[in-house]
Amino acid sequence: MSDFLRHRQVEFRLFVVLLLSCIALGITTDTFLTLGNLTSLLNNNSVNLIWAVGLLVVLIAGGIDISFAVASSVVQFVAAKVLISLGGGNWVLGFLLCGSVGILLGLINAFFIHRFRIISIVVTIATFNVFFGLLMWLSRGRSIYALPDWWTERIILFEHQSTDGTWSELILPVAVMAFCVGITWLLIRRVNLGRQLYAFGDNPEGARRAGVNIAAMQALAFGWSGLMAGIAALMQVNIVQEVVPNALYGRELEVLAAVVLGGARLGGGKGTITGCVLGVLFVAVMQNGLNLLGISPFAFQMLIGAAILVAISTSNISLGELFAERSRRQET
Amino acid sequence: MTSSDVTDSQQYALRLVGVTKIFGGVRALNNVDFEVRRGEVHCLAGENGSGKSTLIKIVTGVHRPEAAERMELFGETLDTLTPVIARARGVSVIWQDLALFPNMSVAENIAFDDMVGLAPRGVDYADMRKRAKAVLSKLNVSLDLSASLESLPIAQRQIVAIARALMNDSQLIFMDEPTASLTQSETDALLDIVRTLSSEGVAVVFVSHRLAEVLDIAERVTVLRDGCLVDVFPTAGMTQSRLGELMTGHVLDEKVVACDKQDAPCVFKAENLARRGEFNGIDLSIHAGEVVGLIGLIGAGRTELAHAMTGMTRLDEGTMHLNGQPFAPSSLRHAIAQGVAYVSEDRLQLGLLQKQSIADNTVISVLDRILNAVGLISGRQKNALVCDWVQQLGVKIGEPDDAISTLSGGNQQKVVLAKWLATEPKLLILDCPTVGVDVGARAGIFRIVRDLAEQGLAILLITDEVTEALFNSDRVIHMHHGRIVDTHDPRKISVNELETAIYV
Repeated sequence: MSDFLRHRQVEFRLFVVLLLSCIALGITTDTFLTLGNLTSLLNNNSVNLIWAVGLLVVLIAGGIDISFAVASSVVQFVAAKVLISLGGGNWVLGFLLCGSVGILLGLINAFFIHRFRIISIVVTIATFNVFFGLLMWLSRGRSIYALPDWWTERIILFEHQSTDGTWSELILPVAVMAFCVGITWLLIRRVNLGRQLYAFGDNPEGARRAGVNIAAMQALAFGWSGLMAGIAALMQVNIVQEVVPNALYGRELEVLAAVVLGGARLGGGKGTITGCVLGVLFVAVMQNGLNLLGISPFAFQMLIGAAILVAISTSNISLGELFAERSRRQET
Repeated sequence: MTSSDVTDSQQYALRLVGVTKIFGGVRALNNVDFEVRRGEVHCLAGENGSGKSTLIKIVTGVHRPEAAERMELFGETLDTLTPVIARARGVSVIWQDLALFPNMSVAENIAFDDMVGLAPRGVDYADMRKRAKAVLSKLNVSLDLSASLESLPIAQRQIVAIARALMNDSQLIFMDEPTASLTQSETDALLDIVRTLSSEGVAVVFVSHRLAEVLDIAERVTVLRDGCLVDVFPTAGMTQSRLGELMTGHVLDEKVVACDKQDAPCVFKAENLARRGEFNGIDLSIHAGEVVGLIGLIGAGRTELAHAMTGMTRLDEGTMHLNGQPFAPSSLRHAIAQGVAYVSEDRLQLGLLQKQSIADNTVISVLDRILNAVGLISGRQKNALVCDWVQQLGVKIGEPDDAISTLSGGNQQKVVLAKWLATEPKLLILDCPTVGVDVGARAGIFRIVRDLAEQGLAILLITDEVTEALFNSDRVIHMHHGRIVDTHDPRKISVNELETAIYV
């Protein structure tokens, strides 16, 4: 247990804070701790969590991705156009199409980062603008509502009517999210490829000397982030039942905040699935809570910005390390 | 091939005959032979640029030689060597920077090479830990396998790197400057491990600037100079100074130069300096033209004292005087302005801006003295200042505008010196100025130190090495656990006596 706590300090702390926030919100509002609110919280954040695990892989490999949310918008638009022209399609085709367009967009990032040795934040800010500009230009900003039925149909996994007559339900995106979380966990914890990603993020030169294929690692990290962006795109349409070109613009920062709050380090080599899930849940609860307490949504935006700043400024040196450093100095 | 030939080649872990490597017209290696016997501890000695690294890179397949009469690994003749072939035949290198992964666990670091490759495979953590444990027990070491590497001190990281090499069944391990950042007792522990390896039949090639430990650990030493083989010598009967001569090709004058400077005016005087947890009751005086050696184990508080003397940290107690005036620096800038210069221990990270030019690095601390009439930096004045110092210190450079990283370790150290001397200090503090600097450049640095002292500079020389203190200072102060325990006169104490006083 002590071993577990030592290695999962960030996660444990976040878990405690999350628990306290939930208790506080449960006391101050009478809507927060209802089954209806909690299930809709999960439904509404499934897309964020799918993005988050994709971003986690990139952060572990020492990169950063700003473009994934906009990439999802591009995937939605392309998929809608192609599926409509094919006369509708089905779920299998939808997953294949969205997944592969997502991977393609991710590989574009990987190509520029690896081939021209540009740092990933610069490349993905650039592709963020290229993707978004191109999308708004080609779509003329128009939304698409006439989508195939299978895509917009609600698939309910669980439903429950409480005594006061309100319905609570869990929908398909929650299951897909669970699958994405599981498969990403397998990748980074249980497969040698994932361990090479950690190594590459931790010490790129050491990884290169050990024979790790750097180009493949970049392609894997950004391809994975792209794949998750593609799946998130498909699920987001299933939830909102429309394709709005600028709907996802700006969502990347709250996901980034969530992932770094969960202990993934900007700079690479560190980050866990548990932390990532807790981070997304924490951000979701924070947003939900502010909403229920009737506080302006701009306060949420401010908190997201502050969370990123705090996480970045403390991610390299934890308090424990600071003290350890000091006591080591005193020994010498 | 006769039977004696067979046994002859079986006895060698590595045989290179007539290897030549050319970089851009320069012969980095010229017809060099290099042999390592199985289970032998062999030292590869030479100054920076003598071809040691090139040789390691040829053995590990990183570089291909232009010519090689014969290359043999464990009795097998090879036409080409690639990193894959070298690793498969059991050759590993422990690089100076270790090339480990700080955020990963000890077990994962040791077993990392099994992870490499693009074919997806599962990771078995239990098996990984079991094998890591087995390797560590072979080394008679126990480490917390689940601790992250960054939580370990550097000496234990070194052991992790060795364990990783053993994990690959290495029979020939190259160690590049393994002791550069270890304390004496850690070094002893490492040398014990090297002996263990050797007794189990693993050949170890040791590259180190510390000649004492080279002679201690190795059976034979191959000396390279300017890319050519000088010869292979048994270490029995070899002395440090003889080895230094072989490496540099000229006689190094290592003798006591101390003389009494107590009559010269006192430049720096400290009384009862104390800083909680670091040092206590320090009385210290340094006279004009005097070199005071400050020696002690790592952790004795020497660097901490220097930091307090230069205003980088606050004193809890005590007074200092510089040229008779009260001296209480509030910051390093303040100390510099008053005439104290500090050349840090870690010059690569802290002393130089690696990506900037030699010229910019030289003038960084005196930018206010090279301004023109309108207050901008004058290129002409800058160049004059840089040329002046480059000449005075004999720095071997291409162009002043070349990046500092193009210089060798010794020359970089000279640029750091130039940078501080440009501030025209009265007291110069040198903190381990020769870490990672080879014998020849080391002699060059101390020649400069002597010259500076003769010009009347007061110098405090912090060093880990007994010989360095003994042969280059006028007085040797021994610090232990934050206190000055003794002052020695180099003319009245031998190397062995001083070593005993410090290490035992």
